[in-house]
Amino acid sequence: MEGIADLLHGFGVVLSWTNFVYMLIGIMLGVIIGVLPGLGGANGIAILLPLTFSMPPTSAIILLSCIYWGALFGGAITSILFNIPGEPWSVATTFDGHPMAQKGQAGEALTAAFTSSFVGALFAVIVITLAAPLVAKFALQFGPAEKFSVFFLAFCSFVGMGKEPPSKTVAAMMLGFALAAVGTDTVTGGLRLTFGSTELLSGFDFLVAVIGLFGIGEILLTMEEGLSFKGKATGINPTVVWQTWKMLPRYWMTSLRSCVIGCWMGITPAGATPASFMSYGIAKRSSKDGEKFGTGEIEGVVAPETAAHAAGTSALLPMLALGVPGSPTAAVLLGGLLIWGLQPGPLLFVEQKDFVWGLIASMYLGNIVGLVIVLTMVPVFAAILRVPFAIVAPIILVICAIGAYTVHNNTFDVIMMLVFGVAGYFLKKCNYPLAPMVLAIVLGDKAEEAFRQSLLLSGGKVTVFWSSPLVSAIMALGLIALFWGGISKGLNRVFARRRAAPL
Amino acid sequence: MGVNEMGWRLSAVAAATAMAATLFAPAAKAWEPTRTIEFIVPAGTGGGADQMARVIQGIVAKHGLMKQTMVVINKAGGAGGEGFLDIKGAKGNPHKLVITLSNLFTTPMATGIPFSWKDMTPVSMMALDEFVLWVNAESPYKTAKDYTDAIKAAEPGKFKMGGTGSKQEDQIITVAIDRVTGKKMTYVPYKGGGEVAVQLVGKHIDSTVNNPIEAVAQWRAGALRPLCVFDSKPLPVTDKIAGDKAWADIPTCKSAGLDIEYLMLRGIFMPAGVPKEATAYYVDLMKKVRDTPEWKQLMHDGAFNQTTMSGDEYAKWVENEEKRHRDLMKEAGFLASN
Repeated sequence: MEGIADLLHGFGVVLSWTNFVYMLIGIMLGVIIGVLPGLGGANGIAILLPLTFSMPPTSAIILLSCIYWGALFGGAITSILFNIPGEPWSVATTFDGHPMAQKGQAGEALTAAFTSSFVGALFAVIVITLAAPLVAKFALQFGPAEKFSVFFLAFCSFVGMGKEPPSKTVAAMMLGFALAAVGTDTVTGGLRLTFGSTELLSGFDFLVAVIGLFGIGEILLTMEEGLSFKGKATGINPTVVWQTWKMLPRYWMTSLRSCVIGCWMGITPAGATPASFMSYGIAKRSSKDGEKFGTGEIEGVVAPETAAHAAGTSALLPMLALGVPGSPTAAVLLGGLLIWGLQPGPLLFVEQKDFVWGLIASMYLGNIVGLVIVLTMVPVFAAILRVPFAIVAPIILVICAIGAYTVHNNTFDVIMMLVFGVAGYFLKKCNYPLAPMVLAIVLGDKAEEAFRQSLLLSGGKVTVFWSSPLVSAIMALGLIALFWGGISKGLNRVFARRRAAPL
Repeated sequence: MGVNEMGWRLSAVAAATAMAATLFAPAAKAWEPTRTIEFIVPAGTGGGADQMARVIQGIVAKHGLMKQTMVVINKAGGAGGEGFLDIKGAKGNPHKLVITLSNLFTTPMATGIPFSWKDMTPVSMMALDEFVLWVNAESPYKTAKDYTDAIKAAEPGKFKMGGTGSKQEDQIITVAIDRVTGKKMTYVPYKGGGEVAVQLVGKHIDSTVNNPIEAVAQWRAGALRPLCVFDSKPLPVTDKIAGDKAWADIPTCKSAGLDIEYLMLRGIFMPAGVPKEATAYYVDLMKKVRDTPEWKQLMHDGAFNQTTMSGDEYAKWVENEEKRHRDLMKEAGFLASN
C-alpha cells in the first residue's frame, strides 16, 4: 500500500492555489481545443509547451495534462451535436450520440458521454496508482507480433458491426488501407504512391480525413436536406444531468468492459481511437439492445467514451515508466519532461516522487474538476442546436478549414479536406460506412509496420502470430470477433433445434 | 569584389558570412527578425532532433534571446524530405531554420527526393550525436568482442538489430558491422529511438545502436548494457550513471575490433539566398544558446560530442560528410536506383 501513501503525498504537492488555478485554465483550454477539429490535444500542448518552461515542472505538467483531459472531454461535444468528431477517438461517439441529439436528447447524450469519460479515466488512474510497475512489465511483452495481433483484433471486431452489409464495410476499410499506404514506406524507406508529388510525401493525415469525411460531408448532406438540422431543438433543461445519471448504473457491465479495453489499448500502446471503436463493436455484439445500436442508444455513447478516456489516461503510463509515448499527445509531453530536466524511464518513479505522484494526483483532481465544468455547461452546449443552420454551417466550415491547416501548417491539407468531404458525401449516399475507412487510415500504416517487422524477425514465417500464448490468444479473439455473426447464428440454430426437438 | 569572384567562392559563402559577423558586428545589428521564426524539424515528435529543437526554442524563450517568437514545426514526411523541400522552396526567407539529422544526406540518396545541403545556407553545428552498441543486460555478452564472436559463430540473420528508420544512420552502422563480422544481421526498422530501446528491454531484438540519450534511462535502470561507442575516443562524461559506470567507461568499438566510427550531425541550416546579416544573426543566437546552463545540461545528459562549427569550416565539414555518406550508402547498396 506504499502507492496510497505516495498518492496522498502527491495530493499534498498538487493542492496549492496556484496549481488549482492552472488546473482550471488547463481544462477550459482543453475543452476548447477538443471542440475544434484538427487542433488536437497534441497540437494544443505543443503550442503551449514553451510557455511552461519558466514554471516549476509540477505546475507545468498539471497545466498541460489538464489540457489533455479537457481535450478528451471536448471531443465528444461536436460529435454529438453536429455529427462532426472533434477528435478521431470521438468518431465512434457519433454513431449513437448524434441520433440521440436528433431525437432531442442532446443533453442526455452529452451527460452520458462526459460521465463515461470520467469513469474511464478514473479507472485508468486507479490502475496506474496500484499497478504501475506491473503494467509497465506487461507492456514490455509487446513486440511487433503482439502489436499486430492487437490491431488485427481491432479490425476484426469492426467488420459486420454496422448496419451496412459486411462487404461494404470491408470495401471501405480496404480503401482506407490504400490511403494509409501513401507516403514513405517505413520498412524499406522508399516512397509509395506519391506519383512524384511533394505534397503526398507525408501521406494522408487521418485528422484531415476525419475532418473532411465527417465535417464537410455532414454539412453537404444537411444542405441537401433543406438547410436545417434534423434535430428537434430542445428547451434548456437544468435537471437533465440528474435524470441521465439515474439511468447510467444500468450499463455497469458495458462500462467495466470498456474500461478494461481502454486501459489495455492505452498501455500496449495502440491508443484511444482503436479502443473506442473496439469497445463500441463489442458492446453492440453483447448488448441485449445490440440491434438498436446506431439509432440513439445511450449504451452506444457510454462504451466508446469510457474506453477512449481510459486509453487516453493509461497511455501516459508507458511514457512515464518506459519513456515510450502511448499517444501523440504523450509524445509532446515527453519532450516537455526532458526540457524540465526530468528523465522519463523506469527510475522516474523512484527519483522524482514529487513529480510523478503530483501528476497522478492531478489526474484524479483534473478529471473531477473537468467533469464538474463540462456538466454544468451541458444545457448551454445543447442549446447550440437552437442556432439556425445558416449561421452555424459557415462557422463549422471555417473551423474545419483552420483545423485541417493546423495539422501540418499546410494549405494542401485544406484542399484535401474538401476532397475528402465530397468523397464522404458520395460514400454516405451509396451507403458505405465511413468509420471502417477512418479506422484503416488511423491504424493502417501502424498495422502494416508491425506485420512486416514481425515477418522480418521471424525470417518470413507467418507462424510468428501463433508463437506465444499471448499473441495466439489475441489472434484467436480476433478470429472469433471476425466470424461472430456466423458463430452466433450457428449457435442459435443449434439451440433452436434442441428446444424444438422435445416437441 | 566582382560578381564572378563571388560565384567562384560559392562554397565559401558561409565564410563570408562569418567574416561579416566579425567585421561588421555593429552593422550586423541592423538585421533582426521581424516576424515569428519557423523552426522546421524534418522528423517526428519525440525524437532526438525534435527534442533538441524544442530545447533551443525553450532556451530562446526563457532567456529572452530574441524579440520574436520561435515555433517548432515537424515535417517528417518522406523520411524528412518534406521538411528539407520546405526550406529549399523558401529561398530568400530569413525567418526559417531547420535542424538536421543524418537524413540530410541519406534521404536524397535513398529516395531520390531532390534536395541537398547546397540548397540551404549552413548556420552552425550545434553538436554531434554519438552511437553506442547496446544489448539486453541479461544477455551473456559483456564486451563487443563477445557479441561479434557470437554473431560470427551463428548462422546469418540469426541476430537481430533494431534501429530507427530504414536506410538511415542505424542501418548504415548495422551494414558496417555486417562487413566486419562477415555475417548478415536482420535489421528491423522502428519509428523512434525510444521504442527501439524498449523493444531491446523486452528482448524482441538482440541489439541496438541507440544514441546515448535514447537508452540512458534503461541503462540506469539496469535493463540495458552498453558494449562500445562508435567514436575515435571514449565519451568525456565521467559522472557515475549506472552503478559505478560512467559514459567515459564505455570502450570504443575500434578497441574491441569493430573498426567503425559514426557520428551524427545536429546542425542548423537556413534557406539559400538570405542576407549575410541574417545568417550572422543566427550564428550569434546559437552561440548564446550554447552558453546557457540548460544547453550544457542537455549536452551532459545526452553525452553529446560537443564539437561546434560555423561558417566556412562548417560548410567544408558538411561537404566531406556528404561524400562519406555517399560512399557508405553506395557500399551498403542503399542508393536510389535512378
